[in-house]
Amino acid sequence: MNSRQVINLEFQLKSGDFEFAGEASSQIKRIVQQIGVKPEIARRIAICAYEAEMNVIIHSQGGIIRVEILPEQTDLYVEDRGPGIDDVNLAMQEGYSTAPDHIRNMGFGAGMGLPNMARCSDEFTITSEVVVGTKIHMTIRHI
Amino acid sequence: MPEYFHSVRLDAERCKGCVTCIRRCPTEAIRIRGGKARIIESRCIDCGECIRRCPNHAKRAVTDNFIDLKRYKYNIALPAPTLYAQFSPDIGVNKILCGLIKIGFDAVYEVACGAEVVSAAVREYLAQNEYKRPLISSACPAVVKLIQVKFPELIEHLVPIDAPVEVTAKMARTASRSEHNLTDAEIGIWFITPCPAKMTEVRQPLGSDKSAVTGTIAITEIYGSLLKAIGVSSDNEVCSQASIEGLGWAIAGGETGAAAIKRSIVVHEIHSVNEILEQITLGKLSDIDYIEALACAGGCIGGPLTVENRFIAENNMRKRLEKMGSERGKIRLPVDSSKLLAQVKREFEPRSSFRLDEDIVKAMKKIELMQETMHKLPGLDCGSCGSPNCQALAEDIVQGGASETDCVFKLRERVRDLAKEMIDLAEKVPQSMPKYDPERDGGDGI
Repeated sequence: MNSRQVINLEFQLKSGDFEFAGEASSQIKRIVQQIGVKPEIARRIAICAYEAEMNVIIHSQGGIIRVEILPEQTDLYVEDRGPGIDDVNLAMQEGYSTAPDHIRNMGFGAGMGLPNMARCSDEFTITSEVVVGTKIHMTIRHI
Repeated sequence: MPEYFHSVRLDAERCKGCVTCIRRCPTEAIRIRGGKARIIESRCIDCGECIRRCPNHAKRAVTDNFIDLKRYKYNIALPAPTLYAQFSPDIGVNKILCGLIKIGFDAVYEVACGAEVVSAAVREYLAQNEYKRPLISSACPAVVKLIQVKFPELIEHLVPIDAPVEVTAKMARTASRSEHNLTDAEIGIWFITPCPAKMTEVRQPLGSDKSAVTGTIAITEIYGSLLKAIGVSSDNEVCSQASIEGLGWAIAGGETGAAAIKRSIVVHEIHSVNEILEQITLGKLSDIDYIEALACAGGCIGGPLTVENRFIAENNMRKRLEKMGSERGKIRLPVDSSKLLAQVKREFEPRSSFRLDEDIVKAMKKIELMQETMHKLPGLDCGSCGSPNCQALAEDIVQGGASETDCVFKLRERVRDLAKEMIDLAEKVPQSMPKYDPERDGGDGI
């Protein structure tokens, strides 16, 4: 392939900004559908983006989602600022959550975010540093 | 036959080219071209939203005519439960059904009976516990099509069971064939409906090969003559069979009520349905068993082809149900619901029409171009360009169906630039002409 076609998108996320929650994932989903990514794969991309979006809004002090869409795969890079995750392995367990009660009362923070992202992506890496923040990279292949 | 048949049509004479319909269409299926609304067939889901919104009544639904009954020897009416809500609860169901016989039908089978069979089948299907949560009802054809067109990833959530009208039609056909010794070609089965999408579904079945229904007649079409017939009908033949469970399907919530589903969500009105489907797509609501989704506000009772105001109709229906109390009618032809489950497997095809290009690389280039175009557009989503919003215009431009100057703001910008250039040019004087001197020449110099 000579010139590689790529679509780059970037979404800034604010802490506690529930009004715009889901906006980024909706836009990402629309675009991957428009380029003809299979419905079930488009859905996995949307779920990964949505969970990431919610995590940043609920837990961090803000962050960013960068999306890189290639013909054969979509990469999501999520970076947030503080507080970071103490024990990543523990956080990856289904049902584990540090979300406060008022967030749980809204139907979020069920401890499924990270496991869902891992389940819906083909490659998933997470690194976190307490106080600094968390970085997640997800790859979802189109075929 | 064209690739897509649609019940919803445009009356071009009445259309003023206002942008009301294009902005309300849930699948962005309408554009204004040449001063008239044009429906993009592959995207239309026949929800009837444009019929409801058009201030000039330029959108209508094509259904069959009463005259079509002449083509058949034996005609059966299948009244939707919504028909009963058009009348005062003091007029009994039996009287309404006898009225249908009076105006020319040979037999009446209530769709509410089929609804009861479907309710039983849905209960069994849920009990088998082998389905994708949440299950989404497939009774509303506009919702099924919304999923095919816009949410193809949710197709496997749709209930693979026939809609009540199909079940009723099959029961009616089998019964009249044997009872009256008729061939299929001699039987006309007519759905008396509040719904344009059902009309389309009869012509182009969703999830099955052929509909058992011959045609559809709008409630609005039949109402006048039925009202007169009810006034003089004798009401001695017993036609009424359905129970309140079946009748309840007319109102949003009736379906889940009849199937006694606990963890369910009832959503009605097409834009609200759209929002809930969006939520399911994002992986939410997996703790819900069943979604009853209906395109019309209030359910079928709010259908575009009804006569009575939705809230009055709802009141009529509630009073009627109270009157009937808990007395349960018997289904005229008991159909084993597990047999129905085993026989009928509806399979729904995705109909996604939002793909920009068959070639993914070309589609990606188009996205890039769309994003560049979007930056230049005002983002007011006014619709004056004939596309529903700026994003849709950007897409139409990229797909070659529109140009940037369709945007009145862009056009104004271009006119301003041009005017400025004209003024600049007007001030330039050829060397052979004397330079402008205000004292000598007066005027403003142009």
